[in-house]
Amino acid sequence: MKILVPIAKVPDTTSKIGFTDGNTKFSTDGVTFIMNPTDEWYALVRACELKEKQGGEVVVIHVGGADAEQIIRKALAIGADRAVRVDADPTDAYFVAAQIAEHAKSENYDLIITGKETIDYNSFQVGGMVAELLDLPCVALVQKLEIENGVATMKREIEGGTETVEVKLPLVVCAQKELAEARIPNMKGIMGARSKPLAVVAANGAEKLTAVSTYSLPEKAKEVKLIDKDNVAELIRLLHEEAKVI
Amino acid sequence: MAVLSFVEVSEGKIKKASVEAAYYGSKTAEALGTDSVAVVLGEANAEELATLGQVGVKKVLHAADAKLNHFDSRAYTKAVAAAADAAGADVVVLSFNNNGKLLAPRLSVKLKAGYVPGAVELPQFNGGSASVKKNVFSGKASATFTVATGKKVISVNPNSLSPVRGGGSATVETFNAALTDADFNVVVKGVDKVVGEIPLTEAELVVSGGRGLKGPENWHLVTDLAKELGAATACSRAVADVDWRPHHEHVGQTGLTVRPNLYIAVGISGAIQHLAGVNGSKVIVVVNTDPEAPFFKAADYGIVGDAFEVMPKVLEEYRKFKAAH
Ligand SMILES: Cc1cc2nc3c(=O)[nH]c(=O)nc-3n(C[C@H](O)[C@H](O)[C@H](O)COP(=O)(O)OP(=O)(O)OC[C@H]3O[C@@H](n4cnc5c(N)ncnc54)[C@H](O)[C@@H]3O)c2cc1C
Ligand SMILES: Nc1ncnc2c1ncn2[C@@H]1O[C@H](COP(=O)(O)O)[C@@H](O)[C@H]1O
Repeated sequence: MKILVPIAKVPDTTSKIGFTDGNTKFSTDGVTFIMNPTDEWYALVRACELKEKQGGEVVVIHVGGADAEQIIRKALAIGADRAVRVDADPTDAYFVAAQIAEHAKSENYDLIITGKETIDYNSFQVGGMVAELLDLPCVALVQKLEIENGVATMKREIEGGTETVEVKLPLVVCAQKELAEARIPNMKGIMGARSKPLAVVAANGAEKLTAVSTYSLPEKAKEVKLIDKDNVAELIRLLHEEAKVI
Repeated sequence: MAVLSFVEVSEGKIKKASVEAAYYGSKTAEALGTDSVAVVLGEANAEELATLGQVGVKKVLHAADAKLNHFDSRAYTKAVAAAADAAGADVVVLSFNNNGKLLAPRLSVKLKAGYVPGAVELPQFNGGSASVKKNVFSGKASATFTVATGKKVISVNPNSLSPVRGGGSATVETFNAALTDADFNVVVKGVDKVVGEIPLTEAELVVSGGRGLKGPENWHLVTDLAKELGAATACSRAVADVDWRPHHEHVGQTGLTVRPNLYIAVGISGAIQHLAGVNGSKVIVVVNTDPEAPFFKAADYGIVGDAFEVMPKVLEEYRKFKAAH
């Protein structure tokens, strides 16, 4: 089985968020970048587990600049067999999806597993777009994925519960928590990652359909109103009269 | 021209998130001086669909094919795209809920439309281009996206706006989405829903507990108040990790994102990863023994105190309030 895992690069969650150029650009000053957690912990690990059990190959693809090399090597250390980097600025989800879809067309994957969303733009777009560009079925928010005889059985999240579905391969899956247990790359993996192939390819000329015009930070830090623990009635009054939420 | 909203029905009722999407669609149509149309896939009661008129929908296109009773992203994309064509829609609005999150990006490719996911405000139009604001960096900032494509797809973050209901009634028309068996790929084997519980992502009120509650046997401090309020319950990841509460209840960066009107956090420290899932809430109440707990910085109201003492009082006072109102 041949599996493609698209991986994104995002600022570490504890990063201080700031903007430059009149609030039109994200300030990367002092920001550490990591592999998008959902991609690393769930999509990639589940892909590796399936390959280890059933044979095949796991390829990771990243759309972005050369500074993502460390993240790509980490993915190889976790267990991917080879990597492709499309050398371009990933500023629009459609553009990114078009790069991934073009690569996927040339390689006949049985399965593509993306993360559900990146933790920077929280946009939940690329997986669905890749599926539509390839005219493939897609299931999102997947917490469980088993493959047998070319059929994927999945558990996906729905409002207030889960749904179990079956879909024939080829298929695009958007992963979320519970799909796998995060792995820490071991020494052998880290050493081996150095010699695994990483191909760098040029981007195709796909359009960018959206652009960020401005960023803004929350207006001001909230000022908490403290209520005495012996005067809980006051809390109820404020929630009713002032906040109007009860 | 028209604005089309995608509306889902669950257990005979229009989903709350879909009412919000339809309202957002109607407001957008109003700004553009066009009609608000909705599309509904799968079997549904026409009377229920007509109530979409209350949030400004003029016409509902209803594809009542039973094959559409279950969500299948590829088939749904074709059906909604066909409805957009039939309605002459330039803007398609969906909810940024579980199904909408996947359907919207597929639709944007199919319609060659720029897409903004998780809008928190109505769009601003400037000639042919739209500006749409959404939350980014797990709610730590917002970004305004510009979409200049002729067609546009927008999904609306649940609980971002409160629909105002009027007295209208929508006309319901049968719509043939012209799908064939080959368009369907997903076979549903089973559904596992916690019955009687309010889905956390749709809840307007949430009571949530953390490690400060010491153990699962003390959860009545959270659940009793939740029951009285008609609220959903949630928890921190630390609590789910030790199995005090089920994992589907954990909110935050690695869990669910909620934006209720009221989030009551009891014995939760307010780590940044937890806040990522809750800081879209309208009002946050924090109960914590530690006045330095980071959660107080994100809170609107706070009580510095022991949950074991404070929560029974909150329950008692709320009961009194309810009896008086
Ligand atoms: C990569 C990553 C992702 C993560 N994702 C998430 C996530 O999605 N969601 C999440 O919640 N966490 C997440 N975490 C964990 C997060 O960092 C915190 O460890 C976790 O939220 C702490 O849970 P807690 O507040 O319940 O427990 P604690 O940090 O132990 O806090 C307990 C609080 O209870 C208070 N307390 C104690 N006794 C009482 C009492 N009697 N009455 C009232 N208050 C009392 C204490 O003062 C303290 O503030 C993540 C961590 C990492 C590293
Ligand atoms: N630049 C990128 N390169 C490769 N994959 C990406 C990139 N951006 C996003 N993805 C994938 O698409 C998923 C959803 O991302 P997004 O739509 O940006 O929220 C991520 O979890 C990744 O699996």
